[in-house]
Amino acid sequence: MNRIDQLFRDKPGHILNIYCTAGFPALNDTLTIVETLQKSGADMVELGMPFSDPLADGPVIQDSSTRAIANGMRISVLFEQLKGFRERVSLPVVLMGYLNPVLQFGVEEFCKKCAETGIDGLILPDLPMDEYENEYRQIFDKYGLHFIFLVTPETSEARIRKIDSLSKGFVYAVSSSSTTGKDKDMSGQQAYFARLQAMKLKNPVLIGFGIRDKATFEAACAHSNGAIIGSAFVKAIENSANLQQTIQEFVEKIKA
Amino acid sequence: MDITIDTSHSKYHVNKKGYYGHFGGAYIPEMLYPNVAELQEKYLEIMRDPAFLSAFEQLLKDYVGRPSPLYLAKRLSEKYGVDIYLKREDLNHTGAHKINNTIGQILLAKRLGKKRIIAETGAGQHGVATATVCALMGMECVVYMGSVDIQRQAPNVARMKMLGATVVPATSGSKTLKDATNEAIRDWINNPVDTHYIIGSVVGPHPYPDMVARFQSVISEEIRRQLKEKTGKSNPDYVMACVGGGSNAAGTFFHFVDEEDVRLIAVEAAGKGVHSGYSAATSQLGRMGVIHASKTLLMQTEDGQIVEPHSISAGLDYPGVGPLHAHLFETGRATFLSATDDEALEAAYELSRLEGIIPALESAHAIAKLKDLSLQPGQVVVVCLSGRGDKDMETYIKHLK
Ligand SMILES: Cc1ncc(COP(=O)(O)O)c(C=O)c1O
Repeated sequence: MNRIDQLFRDKPGHILNIYCTAGFPALNDTLTIVETLQKSGADMVELGMPFSDPLADGPVIQDSSTRAIANGMRISVLFEQLKGFRERVSLPVVLMGYLNPVLQFGVEEFCKKCAETGIDGLILPDLPMDEYENEYRQIFDKYGLHFIFLVTPETSEARIRKIDSLSKGFVYAVSSSSTTGKDKDMSGQQAYFARLQAMKLKNPVLIGFGIRDKATFEAACAHSNGAIIGSAFVKAIENSANLQQTIQEFVEKIKA
Repeated sequence: MDITIDTSHSKYHVNKKGYYGHFGGAYIPEMLYPNVAELQEKYLEIMRDPAFLSAFEQLLKDYVGRPSPLYLAKRLSEKYGVDIYLKREDLNHTGAHKINNTIGQILLAKRLGKKRIIAETGAGQHGVATATVCALMGMECVVYMGSVDIQRQAPNVARMKMLGATVVPATSGSKTLKDATNEAIRDWINNPVDTHYIIGSVVGPHPYPDMVARFQSVISEEIRRQLKEKTGKSNPDYVMACVGGGSNAAGTFFHFVDEEDVRLIAVEAAGKGVHSGYSAATSQLGRMGVIHASKTLLMQTEDGQIVEPHSISAGLDYPGVGPLHAHLFETGRATFLSATDDEALEAAYELSRLEGIIPALESAHAIAKLKDLSLQPGQVVVVCLSGRGDKDMETYIKHLK
C-alpha cells in the first residue's frame, strides 16, 4: 500500500505536510531535514526539485530554488541522496517540481528511480490534466507513483470532480488564487474550504499556499484533512544555525 | 480581413489541440486554467465577429497608420543585385510591429470584460505598445521588465511611464525578458478574475501563439496585396524576419507558410557567436522542453534548467522560440540563420547610410543576413523591418563609426 494512503487510513487527526526545497540551505541538508521532520512529528514531506523558472512560486521558494541549484542540486543528485533513506524514514514523501527537468531526466526513468528510492507521490503543477491522462498516467501508475492535482477557488465544481477522479493520494487545494508564500487572510477563504468539504471528494484534501503558523494551519484544518506549509518553513530554516532545533521548534509551534 | 482564415488543413499552422507538430500546448498550472480555457474557447469566435474585425481594422488604419508601406529599397537592392522590399513596420505608431497585436488583444480583453492589463517587455517596444492601447482604452496597465533591460532601454521606460503605465522591474534570474515573462505570469496567477495578460510574442500557452500570429498576420496579408500591385505577383522568392519569440516573423510568414515556393528565412540572435556561450540562437542551441507553458525548443542545461541567453538586442534576448517556429525549423519549412551582435550593428549602419533608415537592433539582424542568401538576379526579397532605431541610439552611439 502506498504510504500516503496508509497515513490517511491510519491517522485520525489533521495531517501536517511540510515542504522544503531539496539541497537547501546546503546541498546535503536534504535528508537531515526529512529525518528531523519525522522525529518532530510532521506527517508528510514534500520535497521540492529546484527549477530555474518556478512559475507558481513566490520569492521565498524562488530564492531557495536558485540557491539549491547553485549548491549543485539536480534530480540525479537528489536520487543519489535518497538512496537507502527508507531504512530510516517511514513518513510519506512526495516530490514537487516543474515538468521540464523531469522531461529532460526522462519520465519513465524518473518514475523508476522514484519507485526504487521509495517516493510515494508527485506534484507537477504545470502538467495539465489532459496531458496527464493521455501521456503520463500509465507510466506513473506502473511505478505506483501517486499523482496529485491542484484545485483553486476558481476551479469549477465539474472540474474539481474530474480532478478528484484522476488524483491519487490527496487533492491539493490551493488556499487562494496566488503564488506560494502570499500572506493572504484565510478568513475570506472559509466559504471556499466549506464548499470543497461539502463536495465529499473521494480523496482526502490538504490545503496549501499561505499556511504559515498555528492560526492559519487550524483555519485550514477546520474544513480539510490537513494542510501544507512551504514558504514559512523555508524562511525559518534559511539562516538557521541549528537546523534540528529550528525544525523541532517550528513543528512544535504548529502542533501545540 | 484575412486574420481569421481557416488554417485547419495546413501542415504548419496550429491544430485543434493547440499543437504545431510536437510543439505548443498549454502547460499551465491549475491557477491559470479558467483564464486560458476561456481564451481557447472564445478567441476565434470573438475575432470572427464582424463588429470586432471592423473595430480592429479601423484602429489599425486611423491610429496605427496601416497599411505600412512596402518600400523598394533601391540602393540596398543594387548592392545585393536583387529587388529588396522593406515592410515598414517601423513606421507604425509607437515604432514597431508590436502594436498590431496589442490593438487586437486590448479589444479582446474588453470583450472578455477585463479591467486590468499586464504585459512583459524586453526591448520595451511591446511595453510601450501595451501602455499605449491601455491609455487609449482607459485601462490600468502594469508592465514587467527585466532590470537589465530597464537600464539598456531607458527611453522606452520613460515612454511607458508617460503613458500612465506602472513599470515593475523583474529582478530574478538573468533579469531580462524571460524573467519579466515569469513575473507577468505570476501576476496573472494572483489576479485571475479581472486581469488580461497581453503576451507580446507568439509564445506562451495555446491559444497565444496562434492568436498573436493572427493579429500580426496583417503584415503578410498586406505584403501579398502590395507586392501584387507593384510586381504583378503576390509571392516573393524570400520573406525574411528576425526572431526573438517570433511575432514579427510569424506575421511576415503567416500567409506564406503554405505557399511552398516562397522561402522563409528566420534570423536569430547569435550574440557574440553561436558557440561563444553568449548567444540567443535557440534553434541552434535548444532542445525540446517546456518554457512559459509551451512545449518548444529552448536553451537549457542537461538537467533542464533554462539557460540565460545573450543578445545585444533586448528584444531577441529570449531562450525559447514560439512553437510555430520550432515546427517550421523541425520540418525544414523555414531556414534558420543567425546574426552576431557585430553583424547586426554593421547592418544597422549599412541601412542607415544606404537608405536613410535607422532600424531597430532586432530588425538589423534580419538585414544582416541578406549577404548569406545565395541570391539570383531578378529575385524578390521581402524583409520585415520590424521597428525603428530610436530606442537603440545609446547602443549605436557607443559603436559610432
Ligand atoms: C523592433 C522589434 N523587432 C523584433 C522584436 C522581437 O520580437 P518578435 O520575435 O516577437 O518579433 C522586438 C521585441 O521586442 C522588437 O522590439
